[in-house]
Amino acid sequence: MSTLSHTADHAHHGDQNHDHPPFLAHHFDTPEQQYASSKLGMWVFLGTELLMFGGLFCAYAVYRHNHPEVFEYAHTYLNKWWGAINTVILLVSSFTMAWAVRCSQLGHRTGLCVLLALTLLGGAGFMGIKAIEYSDKWKHHLFPGRANLFNREYTGDHKPDEHHAHGDHPSPAAPAAAAAHATGDNHATGDGHAAAPADPHAGSASHAVLPPASASAAPARALNPVVFVDPHAGASDAAKIVPTSNGPAGLAQGTSPKRGHLTFADLATRDQVRVNTFFSIYFIMTGLHGLHVLVGMGLIAWVLIKSAAGIFGPTYYTPVDLVGLYWHLVDLIWIFLFPLLYLIH
Amino acid sequence: MSRAQAKYRELVAGAPVETTVAEEHGHGEHEVHAVPVWLLAAVLAVLLVLTVITVLVTLVDLGPLNIVVALGIAVIKSALVVLYFMHLRWDSPFNSIVLLCALLFVAIFLAFAMIDTAEYRPLVDEAVKTIAK
Repeated sequence: MSTLSHTADHAHHGDQNHDHPPFLAHHFDTPEQQYASSKLGMWVFLGTELLMFGGLFCAYAVYRHNHPEVFEYAHTYLNKWWGAINTVILLVSSFTMAWAVRCSQLGHRTGLCVLLALTLLGGAGFMGIKAIEYSDKWKHHLFPGRANLFNREYTGDHKPDEHHAHGDHPSPAAPAAAAAHATGDNHATGDGHAAAPADPHAGSASHAVLPPASASAAPARALNPVVFVDPHAGASDAAKIVPTSNGPAGLAQGTSPKRGHLTFADLATRDQVRVNTFFSIYFIMTGLHGLHVLVGMGLIAWVLIKSAAGIFGPTYYTPVDLVGLYWHLVDLIWIFLFPLLYLIH
Repeated sequence: MSRAQAKYRELVAGAPVETTVAEEHGHGEHEVHAVPVWLLAAVLAVLLVLTVITVLVTLVDLGPLNIVVALGIAVIKSALVVLYFMHLRWDSPFNSIVLLCALLFVAIFLAFAMIDTAEYRPLVDEAVKTIAK
């Protein structure tokens, strides 16, 4: 503790030979000045972070303004309960982080380590749920960019003229793996798609229903077999409707417990061809956010190691504080992402 | 003790701010402001309640007000995080200025982009109709 007392002692400061505390850089007069500068610098950095996310929020705003129905429809593919659980996880981990900063300020080493570990755990929980959500989208061909279920070029320009109930045999031109999804059978197609083995997910959440390719459709254009899955999949195995501009409306509604949900058929044609953009926005926004969570977790782990060594106390806790600020910013972004992506009414 | 901290002590009377080792040793310059746990917990509780409210509100059809309510709650939540978890309420005002500047420029960016979009919307709709024909 003797060094700590010295650091705050300004009487010694002009003395060049005086032993500076190890954390005080030579271009700062006092630890307080160094701390204030660090914190201001961190806030400037957080400001640039906000500006970066601002670009994405701008894309979101412009796109939603122009295609409100796309958002209203496509957001039903996100599970708002996962989103809500993740919100709670991040809020609680923000709380443990703020508490950890307090512990570091008071020199409570054990409390600091435990709280940092809990915060880290919260981050891991968040990313775990994100992984569940992402893999679910992946499984259902809701990729970002052009490789999306809703992109006609990706699905091979299917123009279904009728819907198929669960278990119906898709037309021969339908991609093979999707057929395996639907029935567990092997429907080899003539266009080079090998018949895929029955998917382990078949019969679970997939409830495959295939858009039967029209005669004019060129299956070779399909990059991948496609299975259309209802946003409310899992609730029932009832018949699903394929995304279609000319198919009968309202069937997907039957599986939705909520009134007033848009179906794909309710969308204007110009919106139907743009549904995949919602997923691009979703993946880029949550992806960049998730990247920040990962970085934050790395920083917390680093601070945790330093904390265990016991170097933080009332005179020096800057790293804990600044990493805390970063972690809270991540929380802050999510506070907006959650209602904007998951809770569209 | 800074003015903000004195004010803080007034506001949360009965919850004395922790003094630090350095302060006890008489080095008044170096003072740490540790936010009391109960205050952090209270903020967390309010944040969780607001999260529940924001989820429940989606079950009610408020028309165009739904997004307003959702974003309003998000703004309140983020204000709580910034002021208490991020300590801005007791910080040097420079930090707040930096944050507000960033938000101001985000707002300018969004506002002009939206004005532009709204301005061109009729032209786009027209074009879409023409193409459809």
